[in-house]
Amino acid sequence: MLLNFHSFLQSKSYQYYFDLVSVLVAKELKVRYKNSILGYFWSLLNPLALAIIFYFAFKVIMRVPIENYSFFLLCGLFPWQWFANSVGSSPMVLLGNASLIKKVNFPTYIIPLASILNDAVHFLLTIPVILLFGFLFKVTPSPVYVWGIPCWFVAQFFLTYGLSLLFSSINLFFRDLERLVSLFLLLLFYLTPVFYDVSLVPKDYHRIIFLNPATGIIIGWRDLFMKGAFDVGLYFVYFFYSLGIFFVGFFIFRKLSPRFAEVL
Amino acid sequence: MQESVVIFERVTKSYPTYTYITGGFKNFLIHLPKSLKGFRKRYTVLREISFQIAKGECVGFIGRNGVGKSTLLGLIAGVLKPDSGKIVVKGRVSPLLELGAGFHPDLTGRENIILNGVLLGMTKAEVKAKLDFIVEFSGLKDFIDQPIRTYSSGMVARLAFSVIAHLDPEILLIDEILAVGDVEFQKKSFQKILEFKEKGITIVLVSHSLDSIEKVCDRAIWLENGGIKMDGEAKEVVSAYLRS
Repeated sequence: MLLNFHSFLQSKSYQYYFDLVSVLVAKELKVRYKNSILGYFWSLLNPLALAIIFYFAFKVIMRVPIENYSFFLLCGLFPWQWFANSVGSSPMVLLGNASLIKKVNFPTYIIPLASILNDAVHFLLTIPVILLFGFLFKVTPSPVYVWGIPCWFVAQFFLTYGLSLLFSSINLFFRDLERLVSLFLLLLFYLTPVFYDVSLVPKDYHRIIFLNPATGIIIGWRDLFMKGAFDVGLYFVYFFYSLGIFFVGFFIFRKLSPRFAEVL
Repeated sequence: MQESVVIFERVTKSYPTYTYITGGFKNFLIHLPKSLKGFRKRYTVLREISFQIAKGECVGFIGRNGVGKSTLLGLIAGVLKPDSGKIVVKGRVSPLLELGAGFHPDLTGRENIILNGVLLGMTKAEVKAKLDFIVEFSGLKDFIDQPIRTYSSGMVARLAFSVIAHLDPEILLIDEILAVGDVEFQKKSFQKILEFKEKGITIVLVSHSLDSIEKVCDRAIWLENGGIKMDGEAKEVVSAYLRS
């Protein structure tokens, strides 16, 4: 992945960039898991609580015709949590490191990268919980997981990183972007088939739902975990969609980054 | 005369008057015509400034608030880009960060040394190789596995200094660091800076404390109205500045 940043890697070695990312990710993880595994429960608690709420609202009260609804919810909520946490915190991530950016000449794109990799690790740690739920619903793990998980991981990574680069850099120039981002995420959540299935959406609205880059990814994760299925066509469409968003975010970030120290 | 390690040739640096920044999109849209005009307006902080700093020299910049002293350090560090002119910097530049910047309070001293060392440009292996020396140098051996939120600010600063001292900087940038901490600590950091100087490290210092400039620096540059008002021996420049 670092190959994409070749223009940035003029004087320093790959080793240094690798160390920089790993140290920053390790920092967040260490802080979270220091002396206790409670940190792990925090990354489970949020999606589990949401799952209970949605289960009650949509299964118990509204009676959506979806089988294994709680498992269905978790398969979408865990990856969504990674996406939403990373993108939601992205506007503040550069501001939080202002003192470094203003003084040390180092590649600033590493900062949002470390932040989303940190959330990614939490997501990966929740996969055993998904498998456990699958076990309860008599879904046996499929060999497709072996390559399906890395594939969807990469697609979601590019989408998340692209949006993080975009929001983190623009927020330095328009400091109220943070509020708009949380609104955007709320909107996107309802446009993403996390707690409903696309089959329940009226045909007229399919276009809007599928235009949302997160839609394919959530469907992909769910098909993978619930059915052991991997739709190659769906994957490539949303992989390249995510990659496109990544490049847009990356170029805007690169364009703005020489000005960061001016406005911080 | 030693070779020059920092060369500024007719360097101009201006800042945008992003008045809409703190207001965000909301203010930007409400005051759209004004904001659009503000987009292009910039104010010039440094105007066609030229100077050279030789290897091993210790130079202090003085001048009123907002005259562009910290901007100069930013330009040397490479975090700011000049509008025009040429800047040449030869050698590894290490900025002395504000107290605690790049540290995390919940991590131990040891973990913070690695974090800070990598942030300032060393690889992990390099920091690890020097770890024992850094700990030794800081004199915090007994506390090194405690989270640094339990440290006093003097202890944090000692740790930060120790990391910097083992970075092997060739050019050290110091922005008002001497103003923090108690008298005891100020004395110590003073001592450290003098040690750096003896090692032949080029030091660029920005400070409001004329006293420390006079004590540490051989040469001082007085900035006023975007240009150099006076450049010469530290004592002379400081006394001229005081008289003005």
